[in-house]
Amino acid sequence: MTNHPAEKIAVRDLKVDGPFWGALKRDLLLSYRRKSDLINPLIFFLMVATLFPLGVSPDSVFLAEVAPGVVWVAALLATLLSMDSLFRSDFEDGTLEQLLLSPQPLFMVVLAKVLAHWMLTGLPLTLMAPLLGVMLFLPADGMSGLVLSLLLGTPTLSLVGAIGAALTVGLRKGGVLISLLVLPLYIPVLIFGTASIQAALTGLPVGGYMAILGAMLALGLIMAPLAISAALRISVSG
Amino acid sequence: MAEKKWMPRWFYQLASPRWCYQITGKLLPIFAVAALILLVGGTAWALIYAPADYQQGNSFRIIYIHVPSAILAQSCYMMMAVAGAIGLIWKMKVADMVAKACAPIGASIAILALATGAIWGKPTWGAWWVWDARLTSMLILLFLYLGVIALNSAIESEQTAAQATAVLALVGLVNIPIIKYSVDWWNTLHQPATFTLTERPAMAMEMWLPLLVMVIGFYCFFAVVMMLRLRNEIIQRERRSSWVRELISG
Amino acid sequence: MSTPRLKIENLFCERDDRILFDQLSFDVNEGEVVQIEGQNGSGKTTLLRILSGLSRHYEGDIYWQDVPIHSCAEAFRESLLYFGHQPGVKAVLTPEENLRWFAAMHPTIDLSKLDYALAKVGLTGYEDVPCHTLSAGQNRRVSLARLYMSNAPLWILDEPFTAIDKKGVAQNEALIAEHAEQGGTVLLTTHHELAMGDLIRRVNLDQLAGTS
Repeated sequence: MTNHPAEKIAVRDLKVDGPFWGALKRDLLLSYRRKSDLINPLIFFLMVATLFPLGVSPDSVFLAEVAPGVVWVAALLATLLSMDSLFRSDFEDGTLEQLLLSPQPLFMVVLAKVLAHWMLTGLPLTLMAPLLGVMLFLPADGMSGLVLSLLLGTPTLSLVGAIGAALTVGLRKGGVLISLLVLPLYIPVLIFGTASIQAALTGLPVGGYMAILGAMLALGLIMAPLAISAALRISVSG
Repeated sequence: MAEKKWMPRWFYQLASPRWCYQITGKLLPIFAVAALILLVGGTAWALIYAPADYQQGNSFRIIYIHVPSAILAQSCYMMMAVAGAIGLIWKMKVADMVAKACAPIGASIAILALATGAIWGKPTWGAWWVWDARLTSMLILLFLYLGVIALNSAIESEQTAAQATAVLALVGLVNIPIIKYSVDWWNTLHQPATFTLTERPAMAMEMWLPLLVMVIGFYCFFAVVMMLRLRNEIIQRERRSSWVRELISG
Repeated sequence: MSTPRLKIENLFCERDDRILFDQLSFDVNEGEVVQIEGQNGSGKTTLLRILSGLSRHYEGDIYWQDVPIHSCAEAFRESLLYFGHQPGVKAVLTPEENLRWFAAMHPTIDLSKLDYALAKVGLTGYEDVPCHTLSAGQNRRVSLARLYMSNAPLWILDEPFTAIDKKGVAQNEALIAEHAEQGGTVLLTTHHELAMGDLIRRVNLDQLAGTS
């Protein structure tokens, strides 16, 4: 096998990525190289859900009743847990500075980073949720509502959580503070997320709930990147 | 020599904090007297002259504290967010200070609203705490205040802290209607047709008037506390300027 | 006379109740290398962060080609290459991946010069090695490779020679001089004695600062 440098140059693709795709690809690649970060929120998700039968009661009727809430609260906490690292390592190694000095629209770059975060936490959580549903005796009727509500709700959690992460990135201990800032803002998503599962369980149409979750996501998509960008500039400036 | 070189800049910078300090110094006694008269008069009116509620008897009279504090807690958040936005956009120092002064006052008033709600809840519902929509919203509002206070105290640089809390307060402001709507909706889902605190049949005039007096009194009281905190903050931040030095030594 | 590239007027900045500089004014023209000097804690890094637009904790005016910097933020960022205290290199990515990301974020970085730049900073053969296996100096070289790929007229370099060996420093100095000769502008801080002679103009913060 020959490995001349000249040959390598010829093979290599030197196309420059756009800002959105470049940022998304990089964040996905980063977490692919550090796989443990990828799995930790999922383990946490599973563990929190396990605590409820142990702490309250393993009775199937009771668990079936609380299952929507338990899965949602666990998903919310798991998302929150992973939030702190969203901008922190970029802040520490100076890449966040470079990102803020980029002439590319920060809105798109931030959106790409949040999308990467969701693909690495929210999406796996959503896919894993039916397992938790089974463990907590959630009737089969509720499964579609569970998955669908998480699919629409977790991106909003990532978007709102990223605001907290951006505000606290300059602080040495951001972890607990983020929860304090972000948890109250998560309440509407929690309410409509669990309510949609309840509705699915009682055979009511879930379209309305999904519409509301979708509306919150749309609002988040427009507003959150603005707040995240402003917060990042403030945090790095300080 | 250095002092001389400084004068124009300090003058320019301090124009508004100093002016604010002076104007609040003049307004403070007016509002203090107004608050005293309205609160004492309103309380007397509410407790002695207003008629008892035909359903709840005398226990309803706590609304004369509960309702004004609930209203004030919400207005205070609005004021904090708007002041923060002004500070953020126009880099106005005094606006930052107003926003910073608002947070602890708002949080205290929210606690007052929650406490009076709980006290009222005991005779009305037979429990100290009921997951009533309004009480729950107030609790979440308190959480929002606590987040703002926590963030503000966690950031060392005053300017960064002011800007970061302003962003958080604005995000909270956008969220408050959504939270309120979702909590109201959640409440009707879980507790259909419960008795809510303030959505009552039209109040009799003699009950309503003292409430109005109390609300205005609370606003005046808020203005007094607000101005005291603001003046404190101005003095603290401008401590190295000549006018504050003169003020303190003189 | 042509307008100065970067015009700094009456800059004032304080940190933790201490005035770093006050009434700091100077111009930076095309083809100039300006070295910011001063003792530790005199605000060199702060000044460079302010001039790059990262820090907004200042009073006074900064003009980029006669336009206030805040009203031409995007155009300014398009013309800027900033090298900060942290090199901005992701440890788990390879030098090549790092530079590709830089190119995606900064259109002035010419990715076609990738191999040339890596060769220049002595990292040929390390393209596919994660940066955490490289030394501190090599990590900084990854970030310095941007200088060889950049078309940005303004370079702001904060201690670019830290952890770089003598040969590397000489190379980079030559590059900076070349950039200036071609009409570029460089602002830098360094503890190294630069051998560029007359090309360098020095701005000393100890003298300029409003410390009394």
